Amino acid sequence: MIAVRGLAHRYGAVEALRLSEWKVAQGERWLVLGASGSGKSTLLHALAGLIQPTEGEIEVAGENVRRLEGGRLDRWRGTTVGIVLQALHLVKHLSVRDNLRLAQYLARVPQDDARINDTLAALGVAAKAGRRPTELSQGEQQRVAIARAVVNRPKLILADEPTANLDDAAAARVVDLLSEQAARHGATLVVATHDARVKGKFRERLEL
Amino acid sequence: MNLASLSASYLRARPLNTLLSVMLLALGVATIVLLILVVGQLEERMHRDARGLDLVVGAKGSPMQLILAGIYHLDAPTGNIPLTAARELEKNRFIRKAIPLALGDSWKGYRIVGAPRAYADHYGARLGSGRFYEKPMEAVLGAEVAARNAVGVGGKFAGAHGLGSEPGEEHADPYTVVGVLEKSDSVLDRLVLTSVESVWQVHEEHQGPEDEADRKALEEAREVTVLLVQYASPLAAATLPRQINSQSELQAASPAYETARLFRIVGVGVEALRAFAVVLILAAALSVFIALYTALEERRYDLAVMRTLGASRAKLFGLLMAEGIALALIGGLLGLGLGHLLAAALGAWLESAQQPAVSGLEWRPEEWWVLAVALGVGIVAAALPACRAYRTEVSHTLARA
Repeated sequence: MIAVRGLAHRYGAVEALRLSEWKVAQGERWLVLGASGSGKSTLLHALAGLIQPTEGEIEVAGENVRRLEGGRLDRWRGTTVGIVLQALHLVKHLSVRDNLRLAQYLARVPQDDARINDTLAALGVAAKAGRRPTELSQGEQQRVAIARAVVNRPKLILADEPTANLDDAAAARVVDLLSEQAARHGATLVVATHDARVKGKFRERLEL
Repeated sequence: MNLASLSASYLRARPLNTLLSVMLLALGVATIVLLILVVGQLEERMHRDARGLDLVVGAKGSPMQLILAGIYHLDAPTGNIPLTAARELEKNRFIRKAIPLALGDSWKGYRIVGAPRAYADHYGARLGSGRFYEKPMEAVLGAEVAARNAVGVGGKFAGAHGLGSEPGEEHADPYTVVGVLEKSDSVLDRLVLTSVESVWQVHEEHQGPEDEADRKALEEAREVTVLLVQYASPLAAATLPRQINSQSELQAASPAYETARLFRIVGVGVEALRAFAVVLILAAALSVFIALYTALEERRYDLAVMRTLGASRAKLFGLLMAEGIALALIGGLLGLGLGHLLAAALGAWLESAQQPAVSGLEWRPEEWWVLAVALGVGIVAAALPACRAYRTEVSHTLARA
């Protein structure tokens, strides 16, 4: 599912990431651990094709990510990768439903209300579909962000520090939800975190 | 969801900014459209009313006044000229057509024009009802005169001395309406036509000539106000005006030259208004630019997230451009509507003041240009913000959060 070889990324002279080899099978759940600045986000962005790493090969879901370019890369990202960010970055003036519809529109997959409702229901926020994100609790917003990441049935779910700023119970719940959704879609899950509370959650770990 | 609805949602999310941009553009466009409509229609009307008339001959005075009084019936005449002089001039070989007009009276603000049948024919006027005047004291009404006064064939009215809104003394002799002209969109719509003899009769009765000698003297002293002249050949332009102006009592004025001069004078005001409209449109462009550009800062994360959801750079560029174009289109269309509304309002006001009417319903081809300029404004104003959206550094932006 994921195959990384000889990966390195530098911002100017500063090396942000070095990863000689990493292999992940379809459906596996991984934690990427490391202190801040260790390159966790950089790795996730490289996997999603959001940055072009300075060196190395990345293969995700059978695609050589470094060879994809421009619109093809964007489209691939929209349909193959679901991304959950620490700051959730829901679009404030769009309803919950429209935030999910936005994901379908931008990935150029058919806009499907049934799929949106189904996804929201699976995360227990179907009743909030018509609300704006600002009218939702933090926990509900988390669920909507996860829903938006999985609405296009991605093969790979990337979560960048999803539990930062959450209390213990909430942090555990978010990781469980991610895990559950990954299982539901048969997706591979990669969670980047420096949160000690979630370290025990998955068996597979990558230390950076 | 599509590009249009997504950009619309962003515009709705900033209602005040959107309103400001749209209003500024709408006001600028409305001002220009109003100018186009009013100036265009007036120019067209003035050209139409003067078509086929190469020269107006009348008493000495201001040539522009002579044109305004003789062709457009907007100003007081410069005075009268002896009928004998007019008759003499008609024989000139440079003149194909010479139409004498006798002015001086009005009815409810509409001018009574003593003229031969040739005057109505010159404008291709057709009778809507009744017949043309044959005897003195019969009158044919212009379409607007008849409609606004609810007078038809068989009606009677008395002319008043003087022109304009302050009528002078009423003449005792009443006119009988024998016909009403069809609307011709010419100056005839606002005129009361009668024979030249009627005008003479109305004025001569005051003096009450008794014996034959008096009558003879009176007839010799008969006058007309202007002579509308059409040249027999283009050569006439070189000699005829000079020839006429050299006579002590006559003056010849060229409608083409005088209306061009009039529009040059009025043009200063038109240019000032146009400059004002351009300033408004530039302000609108700036407003669109500032609205989109400042919003970029708060939208940085939205744009980055859209990239993570699969949006291409081109899509973000398109989104910002769509917002600029939407603002321009809304502002432009509102402005067009407003401009036509203002023209209609101005037209209604002018009509009540018995001036040449301006219509708000007319569409002029130049308006396409205005709409194109408005769109251009949106495109130019959105270009830089759109380029910045295009260059959004996703990884960088998200790392900063």
